[in-house]
Amino acid sequence: MENREALLAYLRDKAKILRKNVIRCIGVGIPGHLGGSNSSADLLAALYFYKLRHDPSDPNRKDRDRVLFSKGHAAILQYSALAECGYFPKEELDHVKEIGSMLQGHPDFRKTPGIEAGTGSLGQGLSIGLGMALGQRLDGLDSKTYVFLGDGEIAEGQIWEAAMAAGTMKVSNLIAILDRNGLQAMGAVKERFDSAPLIPKWEAFGWRVLEIDGHDMGQIVDALDDATSDGDQPVVIIANTVKGKGVSFAEHVVGFHNGILTQELYDRAMRELDGEEAAV
Amino acid sequence: MSYTNQRVAYGNTLVELGRENPDIVVLDADLCGSTMGKLFEEAYPERHFEMGIAEANMTSVAAGLAQTGKIPFTNSFAVFSGGRAFDQIRQTIAIGRLNVKICGSSSGLSDFGDGATHQCVEDLAIFRAVPNMTVICPADANETVEAVKAIAAYDGPCYLRLNRNDYENVTAEGTPFSIGVPTVLREGTDVAVFACGYMVGLALQAAELLKDELSVRVINVSTVKPLARDRIAELAAGVCGVVTAEEHNVLGGLGSAIAEVLSMSRLPIRFVGIQDEFGCSAHNYTELLAHYGLTKETIMDAVREIAAAAKKG
Repeated sequence: MENREALLAYLRDKAKILRKNVIRCIGVGIPGHLGGSNSSADLLAALYFYKLRHDPSDPNRKDRDRVLFSKGHAAILQYSALAECGYFPKEELDHVKEIGSMLQGHPDFRKTPGIEAGTGSLGQGLSIGLGMALGQRLDGLDSKTYVFLGDGEIAEGQIWEAAMAAGTMKVSNLIAILDRNGLQAMGAVKERFDSAPLIPKWEAFGWRVLEIDGHDMGQIVDALDDATSDGDQPVVIIANTVKGKGVSFAEHVVGFHNGILTQELYDRAMRELDGEEAAV
Repeated sequence: MSYTNQRVAYGNTLVELGRENPDIVVLDADLCGSTMGKLFEEAYPERHFEMGIAEANMTSVAAGLAQTGKIPFTNSFAVFSGGRAFDQIRQTIAIGRLNVKICGSSSGLSDFGDGATHQCVEDLAIFRAVPNMTVICPADANETVEAVKAIAAYDGPCYLRLNRNDYENVTAEGTPFSIGVPTVLREGTDVAVFACGYMVGLALQAAELLKDELSVRVINVSTVKPLARDRIAELAAGVCGVVTAEEHNVLGGLGSAIAEVLSMSRLPIRFVGIQDEFGCSAHNYTELLAHYGLTKETIMDAVREIAAAAKKG
């Protein structure tokens, strides 16, 4: 129990660092995808710093687990984790979207170590992950492929083509993490284009469904352990989250799907994440 | 082994390649009996994936497989494997320069019965405009065998355009194939005809029928992209004009590509192809080609016009 508490505290600390890295990636005066990045931060921290088999000094290691952001606009969160793991120097986070930068607005595997494929034209990442999971299976590896999906994104029909295929083919090394932050670019998912009910949909497509609080580190760790336990089905973790989590003025705010920080807001976000300023 | 059908040549060559290379994998979308992916499925069931009637998913799955070191071939009719999955090809495969081979089967008007929805007259234009793509349109079954081997050995995205129907070979079995190299199939000095796919055979027939009037050089441009610009210019040097012939819209395809290369040459160019319209159903391939003016007679007329214009000029 003591070990577990220490682990959870360690992962919470990593999640805080990732959220600060996200703010660093966005910087001042240029739009950045704060909301959907920081909603996934706890989940991604648990993946990279607890669950994943990977080696930052050898990004192409054959038996690595793979992580894809099908919701590719949250690339800055994955960059934040990759930098924190040491895939590349953290200074690169100051150059996101600059011409010639290794950190593009959406993931580009030719440019960024640790990125597995180009994603961001929404709806395609689950299929790409399915292909990787099939490749891992063909090679007799016990590796896993994790794919982050957005709850707005799953309106794309290809998600359900992939879901059907993975269910039919019983690809149990494929794990989808559905960041259900409730907001898409133009407003609340519920109001704009409701994707609910989620659990019966995924179950009908042959998936095992786990539903958790995506900000409760204990639940996240347990779900990841459960998802990678023996079974013959793909698993989807439906994580209920808050868009913009950890930065009070961005939480639940649609405008911070892709918003601009002033210097004042930038400083305030950093102070809040550091715990120096109580969230309002 | 000699074949007279590009699909059959393709399927058998995949089986042959799969024997030597365990990384070759093949994906189909419920048309493997037509694309001849079924031959691979029979030989290596564990390396063939039936992806259902879901081409977008099939294409992105192929991208994922490529990222684990496999060499995936995705099969369907050109209008689906290329057209329907355009965004998947562009976003992940082309931008990432992934090692995926997209087979556009039953291309052009070759699926004569099914009509405009299943015929594909715009794929060369589409994929020529996508950076990083290699676009191959073999003249016949013999060349298909060698082209499939060549693209399997090449590390990068390729679009392979194949014909549905049986027809006689115009290239010799086992002729070495190099991506990007056009080949002269008939020497001539008056007019140069650049053709690809099924139209190469018609161009050769036209040249033969014209031999007492005009000397016609026939070039098989089976790699539409990357186009061998210097070689094309060299092959057009010394003739009085150029004709292009393709089973494709005249906008954006082989003819446009040749014209881009020759834009500074002052050579007159005539474009034989589909005149910016969709296909339609027909009872057989030959009558459909004739309906759209894809015949040896049309090529002969174009060659004569070019020669006459040059004489006048």
